[in-house]
Amino acid sequence: MADKSSQQYLYAVARIRSKELSLFSKQTLDTLLSAASYDECLRLLHDRGWGSGESGQNAEDILTAERNKTWDLMAELVEDVSVFDVFLYANDYHNLKAAIKLAYTGDDPDRMYIHHGSVPVETIRQAVSERNYELLPEAMRGAAEEAYTTLFQTGNGQLCDIIIDRAALVAIAEAGKASKNPIIERYAELTVVAADLKTAVRCAKTGKNREFILRALAPCATLDLEQLAEATLLGVDAIIGYLASTPYADASGALQESPSAFERWCDNVIMEMIRPEKYHPFTLGPLAAYILAREAEIKSVRILLSGKLNHLSENAIRERLREMYV
Amino acid sequence: MGMLLAVLGAVCAALVAGAGSSVGVGMAGEAAAGVITEDPNKFGKVLLLQLLPGTQGIYGLLVAFLTLSQIGVIGGGAVEISLWKGLLYFASCMPMTVVGYWSAIRQARVSIAGINLVAKRPDHMTKGMILAAMVETYAIFALLISILAVFGVSAVNI
Repeated sequence: MADKSSQQYLYAVARIRSKELSLFSKQTLDTLLSAASYDECLRLLHDRGWGSGESGQNAEDILTAERNKTWDLMAELVEDVSVFDVFLYANDYHNLKAAIKLAYTGDDPDRMYIHHGSVPVETIRQAVSERNYELLPEAMRGAAEEAYTTLFQTGNGQLCDIIIDRAALVAIAEAGKASKNPIIERYAELTVVAADLKTAVRCAKTGKNREFILRALAPCATLDLEQLAEATLLGVDAIIGYLASTPYADASGALQESPSAFERWCDNVIMEMIRPEKYHPFTLGPLAAYILAREAEIKSVRILLSGKLNHLSENAIRERLREMYV
Repeated sequence: MGMLLAVLGAVCAALVAGAGSSVGVGMAGEAAAGVITEDPNKFGKVLLLQLLPGTQGIYGLLVAFLTLSQIGVIGGGAVEISLWKGLLYFASCMPMTVVGYWSAIRQARVSIAGINLVAKRPDHMTKGMILAAMVETYAIFALLISILAVFGVSAVNI
């Protein structure tokens, strides 16, 4: 019999293959890089169909419109978009953090929220303002209540952050395991590993104690948190030493260089991981790869625009750009 | 009983190979629609690739037609067939039945990969077609042996 799961995404994958033609290549980024000014860059993006088509859009409007296009396309292609929730959890938990902190300060500016999540921003706002956590998905409830109580009792924003950040990573890891899709599983694992390593480096630099470190680190399959916490207590060099015994030995250089270099390394690893999906005509993998490719593209354009706005040299911007999918 | 087995063999060749082709053409059609949604100009190219898994159904039909005409169900003149001869007709139809079904499904997968190739590199459509046509070879072998066997059995007196 023909495998039913392999037939589920035939239309979607074929459409994505056509869509991949309009993804930015390294050459496209070079063209944008060689643009004389920030405005010239915006014009080039507009010419390539970026943004909603309205004139006079600023960079943020253009990037938001592009992200909307990706998610609108996925909603069209996949019956149940929740398979991609793993990519949206970071936004959900960011919104939760924003809602709790804004409830604490008494403000509520809309610009603090990211309007791309698996849970509507309004639901999160309402759940926090009414302290009715039942409105939130089950995995969020505990973290929301604990973070709210911690912030209001201690006023410690950092503690509130680590509770929510850790809950987000746990949700991502769980969604990765539940997806049964190798791309999503690997993405989830890499996201948690990257966050744990960044947290470890920050904790090492600020001299946090063992209890705080273990509270901030999220469990993952490829790192031993006990060993990582021990190394964190000893300093950044010990973390790099520990990395040598993990599959992330290549990250040492980037981790030593700077947090942004390490982030770039993580993004490039994800890009390497999804690249074989260009040759798979079946399964959900090419769709997940397209979402990640679009995210990488949008991130690179954001870096490029910000570099142009701040009059950075071409080389300085190029060093920060991510590898492209095509 | 012999007649029943011979007719059953013919029905299997048309039914199973036809089912394989309909699944295959359907799968390739879905992928083709995905490409046409983004670029309607590629209709002609993806249509050719979509049609390739459809041939097994035609081969199955041909074997069924030949078998039915040899035993006289089509064209008149049906005579009593022994159990052994009926069984031989049934066996003769099996290569096309089994290979027809599986090659249609497998060819559909290669055609879909070819349709994905056309989506990104329309100039290389021929290569996609050649790859899919490789699977066709085995459907043709099965057709050949089924036809030779059906004619051979009709000349046997048992």
